[in-house]
Amino acid sequence: MSEAPVEDRSTGSGFGRVIVFVYGVLAFAAAGRASFELVSKFSKAPVPYALSVLAAAVYVVATWALATDRRRVALVAVSFELTGVLAVGFASLLWTSTFPEASVWSDFGIGYGWVPLVLPVVGLWWILRGSRT
Amino acid sequence: MTQLQLVLSILCALELVLLVVLIVRDRLPGRLTYGSLVLLELGLVAQLVVGLSMVLDDHRGVSVATYVAYLVGALVILPLAAGWAWAERTRNGTAVLLVAVLVIPVLFVRLHDIWSTHV
Repeated sequence: MSEAPVEDRSTGSGFGRVIVFVYGVLAFAAAGRASFELVSKFSKAPVPYALSVLAAAVYVVATWALATDRRRVALVAVSFELTGVLAVGFASLLWTSTFPEASVWSDFGIGYGWVPLVLPVVGLWWILRGSRT
Repeated sequence: MTQLQLVLSILCALELVLLVVLIVRDRLPGRLTYGSLVLLELGLVAQLVVGLSMVLDDHRGVSVATYVAYLVGALVILPLAAGWAWAERTRNGTAVLLVAVLVIPVLFVRLHDIWSTHV
């Protein structure tokens, strides 16, 4: 058994290991959902399904950037994700007719236990905390 | 939920307690944890076989691709978590396992939902 490497301050190590894993799970879930929606029923509700594709892409990028310590990319992706979940969350409540079907970020990600709402906040804290000192 | 999923969910709950205790006490997983995780994974293999035979035999309008995707997801999440946690031999690595153990019952619920809405 080799000793764990010295803390290298990568966004993908330490507690970041947990964050990256959660991002990875969401990336898988969102990508799977988006591809299913695209293939089987895109015309039924183009707006929410297109947003699902966007969400999936953002999660994939965020997972990769956090895992490989690309802080700037991660910061952009996670900020975009927070904006997206808030915007789509409000939009899905205000313009219900545009959202006949749910997307990943509908109602602030209620379908995923509000993890999509909490995760970017944790992600931003993690990236910015690591950049100091 | 199928009986197997119920049993595996209970196993996940026990696993959860075990992992939380480890994280709180800042201990690394030992033989008991790894052994029970292997047991859980064997149960998930069994679930894949049972689930596949169920959905391929008579899928009753259930989307086979979706169902199989969830079955495979439940199968691979634990090995992926273990692999990812391997490089982080701290409580953070243990927390990765915790996330996987939390997600598995959610996948069971989704499998159940997919199956029952089309019956």
